[in-house]
Amino acid sequence: MSEAGGAVRIGVYICHCGANIAATVDVKSLAASAATMPNVVVWREYKYLCSDSGQDLIRQDIPNQRLNRIVVASCSPHLHEQTFRAAVAAAGLNPFYLQMVNIREHISWVHENRMEATSKAQDLLRAAVRRVARHEALERSRIPIHPDVLVVGGGIAGIHAALTLANAGKHVYLVERQPTIGGHMAQFDKTFPTLDCAACILTPKMSAVKAHQKITLWTYSEVVQVDGYVGSYQVTVKRRTRYVREDLCTGCLECLEACLYQEGRFTDEFNAGLASRKPIYIPFPQAVPQVPVIDPEACIQFKSGKCKKTCIDACGDRHAISFQLEEKTEEIQVGSIIVATGFQVFDARRAPYYGYGVYPDVYTALEVERLVNASGPTAGEVVLRDGRIPKTVGIVHCVGSRDENTNRWCSRVCCMYSLKLAHLIKERTGAEVFNFYIDIRTPGKGFEEFYQKLLNEKVHFIRGRVAEVTDWALDPTEEGKLILRVEDTLAGLVRRIPVDMVVLSVGLEPRSDAQDVCRMFNMTCSGEGFFTERHPKLAPVNTFADGVFLAGCCQGPKDIPDTVAQAGAAAAEALVLIDSGSIETEPNTAYTDEDVCSGCKTCIPLCPYHAITFLEQEKKARINQATCKGCGTCVAACPSGSIRQHLFEDEQIFEEIEGILTYA
Amino acid sequence: MPEVFEPKIVAFFCNWCTYLAADLAGTSRIKHAPNARVIRVMCSGRVDPQFVLDAFAKGADGVLIGGCHPGDCHYQEGNYKALRRVALLRRLLKQMGIEEERFRLEWISAAEGERVKTVINDMVEKLRALGPRVQPVRKEVA
Amino acid sequence: MTAATYGYYPGCSMRGTGIAYEESLLTLFHLLDLSLEELRDWNCCGATSYMCIDENLAFLLSARNLAIAHQSGFRELVTPCSACYLCLRKVQEYAQRYPQVAERVRESLAAASLPALNSVKVRHPLEVLFTDVELDRIRSKVVRHWHGGRVACYYGCQLVRPYGEADNVHNPTRMDQLLQAAGVPTVEFALKTKCCGGSLTGTIHPVGVRLNYILLKEAVRKGAKAIATVCPLCQYNLDAYQAEIRAETGEAFDLPILFFTQIMGWALGGDLRSLGLHRAISGRRTIDEWFPKHPGEVESYV
Repeated sequence: MSEAGGAVRIGVYICHCGANIAATVDVKSLAASAATMPNVVVWREYKYLCSDSGQDLIRQDIPNQRLNRIVVASCSPHLHEQTFRAAVAAAGLNPFYLQMVNIREHISWVHENRMEATSKAQDLLRAAVRRVARHEALERSRIPIHPDVLVVGGGIAGIHAALTLANAGKHVYLVERQPTIGGHMAQFDKTFPTLDCAACILTPKMSAVKAHQKITLWTYSEVVQVDGYVGSYQVTVKRRTRYVREDLCTGCLECLEACLYQEGRFTDEFNAGLASRKPIYIPFPQAVPQVPVIDPEACIQFKSGKCKKTCIDACGDRHAISFQLEEKTEEIQVGSIIVATGFQVFDARRAPYYGYGVYPDVYTALEVERLVNASGPTAGEVVLRDGRIPKTVGIVHCVGSRDENTNRWCSRVCCMYSLKLAHLIKERTGAEVFNFYIDIRTPGKGFEEFYQKLLNEKVHFIRGRVAEVTDWALDPTEEGKLILRVEDTLAGLVRRIPVDMVVLSVGLEPRSDAQDVCRMFNMTCSGEGFFTERHPKLAPVNTFADGVFLAGCCQGPKDIPDTVAQAGAAAAEALVLIDSGSIETEPNTAYTDEDVCSGCKTCIPLCPYHAITFLEQEKKARINQATCKGCGTCVAACPSGSIRQHLFEDEQIFEEIEGILTYA
Repeated sequence: MPEVFEPKIVAFFCNWCTYLAADLAGTSRIKHAPNARVIRVMCSGRVDPQFVLDAFAKGADGVLIGGCHPGDCHYQEGNYKALRRVALLRRLLKQMGIEEERFRLEWISAAEGERVKTVINDMVEKLRALGPRVQPVRKEVA
Repeated sequence: MTAATYGYYPGCSMRGTGIAYEESLLTLFHLLDLSLEELRDWNCCGATSYMCIDENLAFLLSARNLAIAHQSGFRELVTPCSACYLCLRKVQEYAQRYPQVAERVRESLAAASLPALNSVKVRHPLEVLFTDVELDRIRSKVVRHWHGGRVACYYGCQLVRPYGEADNVHNPTRMDQLLQAAGVPTVEFALKTKCCGGSLTGTIHPVGVRLNYILLKEAVRKGAKAIATVCPLCQYNLDAYQAEIRAETGEAFDLPILFFTQIMGWALGGDLRSLGLHRAISGRRTIDEWFPKHPGEVESYV
């Protein structure tokens, strides 16, 4: 390479990042120390290096000062390595002649003593200067992007992402674990703050998914394995059987009528356990697809083999029902993936002091959503389990949220849905409704106005965390009631409030298998299990796995408008990938120096990607550059030192160590 | 000789978990001891025992390797490889007279910014208690 | 079967108002092949007033007991009184968390030529019975049908809070499970971890008695015919003031307040006197009916 030929000439650029770096690291003295480092011919400090004018400095110095190596001391390479590589490339130098020094995240933001911080920055800068001298020109390879997209999860996030992509002409596989799409939103009655009916706005989108030519919808199915990489993922989907063939079923539902069970006898999950269903059922009337499911745990034929099979008779010559159907496995190829696996509600039994599961009239908010829903188990009547209409209702906010004993985060939607339920309960029953809250959080369009409306409707608001719900009556007026004990922090009193019905506003949490899902897609997640976005502000739907995007509550609690916005963004990110046709890869692959390789085969079993093959004839190991992911495990293990790694060569790392410890 | 001994730690952090955790410590402004110098590698499995030996040979007071938690490796199992390698390396270091506390392998996920602080501060504290490494070269100088 | 041996720290109550607790505990453990070996030269745990006046000195009292346990070779120290249990656990916890406490304890123990604070595991009989003896084994050991009524299991405040090791902090159920295994029906008792009044019955008497009253009233309301306790202070408070409550409110509870070990011990075949059942104050009539002096032949129905 001509650009790298001759003497190494390094330019060192130190960023102030406004005061972010300069307030803690003495950038002037850091620049001065750069001047003393080997091969450094240009040293500059600048207010904002990532700005256009900052990048211009580098772009101009490269030809003018005949620089062939660049060191940028600024923020994390995860943030701006691509920016500065592009700047280097724009000046005609190979972009891999760049090394970054992280003096912001790793120094100025975490240390306070200016002298210590500056001295650490000098060490890291020296390491980078030494390292970059050993850099080589590298070429990126391009991998093509398969145009199909997998969307995992058929809640409102998955539905919206799938429709957006399909409307743009891309083929989408939408995989949903439940027998129907719709997710949690399908269980809600009204949506806050506009009180429009959830079903009215959701079901048309669900039907559109089913009808769309470009969407392959697999419900009652689960992704079980993901291999490959951005542009070329091989995905295995397990499709459970409903014992009803989707291609033959017409959705007449006559089989449901015909079932030997006259009444439902088994827990109806869609109605949050408040109703019962038959062994053959559809989750709810507008389910998509309109195909019943047989629950083998409940069906007489499966349990005893001695059913009259009236459902098959009812199906007649459509022949859609068969007890012999088995689960299937599908293998598909996609280029990108949108993960929209949603949330689960906090299990109220984990807060035993609120009496859920002990007192029948303590409900979770999700159960009350079903109670107020016209197509719910009580046809929209808010009644207690014994059929009474409650005269007083207490809504306990933040159950399982903002609590170190359960979940620490704010679930974001509970204040608003509690207000919504308060309104609906009052509207349906005329009951006195008490809200017990820590803070009312209504930051959203029209949210605060909704809160004001509730105040005018004379819903009671008591500021204080409820201590417990019991049926412990102190006097006859409390007899038969549920007693909420709470410290009213505005009045400065401990109060006992007897009510007929308690609603627990349970928080949102990651699904219990979130960690497994995280691993399967090679993403990262927080300790609690919400999937981590690549950057909280600037890459909110990307993950650390290229080509895998996030939408909805699997990334963190959010309401429907935010979920839909995020789903649209995830779809747009996938479209960018697909329409660009290919993606460049990091050239950090491992390779063998076959002259040195002794053929010991130590490396072969180490590679999880089977990228190393042993050439029997030559007795040498060779690494497939297309399948190597660049972890470097084989490099560290090679006894003869014949395996090397681009961008992470042994010499480069030894130089870093030397640089750090030179004045140790 | 400064009043308080400030040990110098060479830290090898994997790109996907521990390096990001250190970044997160930054964005969350979690202050910690400035004694560690981070070298980024793609995976803790990339850390060649030679790097560790070289760091000690050149005067590091401690070496820290940070990787993803078991089962969470971005490259499926590089951290397991690191773990196995480290066991062997520990014995070697012991034979060379390098105290156990000077060499650590820690699993720190991308979400554990707080843990970066805990691990580094704890290591600094232990190294301070241990004092500078006694090396023949240093003795001559002193 | 070889008997498991635990160190045993009775604390002052076992030799005073809670003597029936000790009697029944020893009987029950014996019936289950568990043996308790009393700590030599034990002293006060430092609970109640001492803890309020000088916490550091109170810690030293408990630390001394733990040090002797260690010196005697006990790995586990069982203490039936909730206050003793809490004090012993607290000094361990604080010494671990706060270096200054650890230092003070270490110095004081050294002055008495005792080993430094150690890792003796502090245990409560409720948790020993629940974890070390399986419920099935208890079921298999039952020799008497329960003829009495339903019992409210009352755990009190100190056993589960703050450490939650003996049982769940918010909703302890182990006493219920143990009694049910012994064939004794229990009631859902919402106030199971509420305050019994503690030493308030001695200091601000009306407040202490009022707290007692609430517990008794609620237990009766839930259909309980007796209350089972795990703590000598709870038992005493609930037992001793029923006559006074009757005089003040006109409500005659006359409810037996029993140690859970007495009830279990009875089901497992212990005799009346060895379980200290003759010592209760309130509910004598019920007790005589439930635990007859001559139960006749042991019924074997297992």
